Amino acid sequence: MHVVYSLGDRIFRRVVTAGAVTSLLVLALIGLFLFARGVEIFRDMGPKFITGTNWTAGSGDGIIPAEFSIGPMLAGTIVTSLIALFFAVPLSIAGALYMEFFAPAKIKSTLVSMLDLAAAIPSLFFGLWGIQVFSSMGERWAALTSHYLGWFPLFNNELGIFGRSPFIAGLVLAAMIVPIITSVSREVYSRTPRELVDSCYALGGTRWGAIRAVVLPFGRSGVVGGAMLGLGRALGETVAVYLLLNLVFKYNFNILESEGGNIASLIATKFGEATPYELKALLAAGFVLFLLTLSVNMAATAVVQRTAKAQP
Amino acid sequence: MSSTSDLTIQVVEATPTQPWHKPRAEQRRDALVYLALAVVAYAIVMVTGIAGPDGFALVFFVEVLLLTILRSRGIGKAKSTNAIISTVIGAGAVVAFAPWMSIFVSLVTKGFHGLYVGYLFHDMRVTTPDDELNMGGVGHAIIGSMLMVLIATAITLPLGILSGVYLTEVRGRLTKVVRFVIQSMSGVPSIVAGLFIYTTVIALTGSFSGFAGALALSVLMLPTVARTSEEVLKLVPEDLRAVSYALGARQWRSSLMVVLPTVRSGLTTAAILGVARVVGETAPLLLTALSNNAFKFNPFNGPIASMPMYIFGLLQIGTEYSIARAWSGSLVLMLIVLALFITARRLGGKDKR
Repeated sequence: MHVVYSLGDRIFRRVVTAGAVTSLLVLALIGLFLFARGVEIFRDMGPKFITGTNWTAGSGDGIIPAEFSIGPMLAGTIVTSLIALFFAVPLSIAGALYMEFFAPAKIKSTLVSMLDLAAAIPSLFFGLWGIQVFSSMGERWAALTSHYLGWFPLFNNELGIFGRSPFIAGLVLAAMIVPIITSVSREVYSRTPRELVDSCYALGGTRWGAIRAVVLPFGRSGVVGGAMLGLGRALGETVAVYLLLNLVFKYNFNILESEGGNIASLIATKFGEATPYELKALLAAGFVLFLLTLSVNMAATAVVQRTAKAQP
Repeated sequence: MSSTSDLTIQVVEATPTQPWHKPRAEQRRDALVYLALAVVAYAIVMVTGIAGPDGFALVFFVEVLLLTILRSRGIGKAKSTNAIISTVIGAGAVVAFAPWMSIFVSLVTKGFHGLYVGYLFHDMRVTTPDDELNMGGVGHAIIGSMLMVLIATAITLPLGILSGVYLTEVRGRLTKVVRFVIQSMSGVPSIVAGLFIYTTVIALTGSFSGFAGALALSVLMLPTVARTSEEVLKLVPEDLRAVSYALGARQWRSSLMVVLPTVRSGLTTAAILGVARVVGETAPLLLTALSNNAFKFNPFNGPIASMPMYIFGLLQIGTEYSIARAWSGSLVLMLIVLALFITARRLGGKDKR
């Protein structure tokens, strides 16, 4: 159908389109500027920027050359986020199922609003709560894990100091991303066709029977999308990790040991006293983080939007 | 045959039964059983090496699980599986909700004693973080946050609404792309937004400022405002547009004078949710606005304090009083977020009528 718009309409549509395109532009500009400022580092360091092990600003006079590689921090980012997902996903599924199918109708709406509020808790509070309230508990769990499972390299801890480890940071990140995963999952579960659930009951099925046969398969891709949104948050988290982890620049896969970091906390730590060249390296690191989270988020968005479309 | 006089009408009043609800007596018995289990769990925690609230929760969970297993003997496999898994899901939900419940409780209990009447009206110009808690305050940080958030709102609200209108009214060629990008943009890490403004605005102007901070917050706020605007505009009934076209309105008049005014409070909600999203952001301000200790009303001139940076700075000092101040600041910030949320809820309910 060909529509002829009046002059007023054409102006209106232009203005609105320009406004909408601004958001596309901002996203493109973020990538472009970070890349443009960091490209010198990518050229100088080559693939070692990702795979190397050192972050040294050098002595400035060329005697000790500057060397920048985000390898250990990239690994730390992934390790803490995976720990977070490992704990957050099952808990969120339980939370979402409880809210949708088990909670009494009276407290359900309260829980939903509290969940919305929980999703808006600034990440700074999770950092604050993590170091001040949670870490003593987390350290005890870490000590127990190391005591019984220490033979497994992942849980090895030779020093016997358990604070400020990737494990604890990962647990706090898990607490941080539970609200978003729970609310996306609950949303999808609530759209399960009522008649399918009811026919399960009519056939003599139990509540769990209906959940397992209908609700979980129906909501699977939604949960995956929610988990990926949570992952995106955990990957890019700055202050909570900054407050909860000792930034030590080495590959650390012993998750109970007190050292680690992620790219975002590296940027926050080094930013203040960075040399101009190091600053470029930080921008390059920011670019990598941007690409990483953007790809995770785009995948999540694609999954969630596809699920939304599949619903009647 | 009996005569008609023998015919008595017996009125049977059926007591409504609700077979899906447990009877009162059973409910009471269950409550007593759980109470007894809690007492036993408490005793176990006191006596053995298992300690802390987490230890208590674990023991209690194991007890309830055992009880469920015992009770569900002989009722068939499907039913007993259902009972056991229901218990596990309930426990999982409790663990999932525990952290933020704990955060709310800690904010109140730990933040409360640092509050006093002047807390909201004083700055930290003459007070060091180690001073007694009845001096100094967050006034300067509240003003700083307010200035930055206002600027960010002034930037993102028009853009966000335009995006919403584009997605629902104009529906141009880029609709899918715009929607996808806005959704993905909400995942841009806050520190990356800070870096972006640092390499552009601060590199250009040569100084840290509240304005730069506001721009960084805008990047994070835009997706929330745009998405909420879209959601709200979608709720406008198609009939309303049709009616305005039928009355001879062009699209621009229909959109500006019919559609947008009907969702005025919904769009306010969009702005408020955007503000709630960014008011607690620390990372972008760490690279753009930094912080200061005194009241400041000019966002264009040098570093300026904000609520999150105030809290973050105190945390890094790490002394007893500075941490107490950090908790009090956090309590104030949480109350601000809560107030924003409640306002958004109230307004959000209005349009739906």
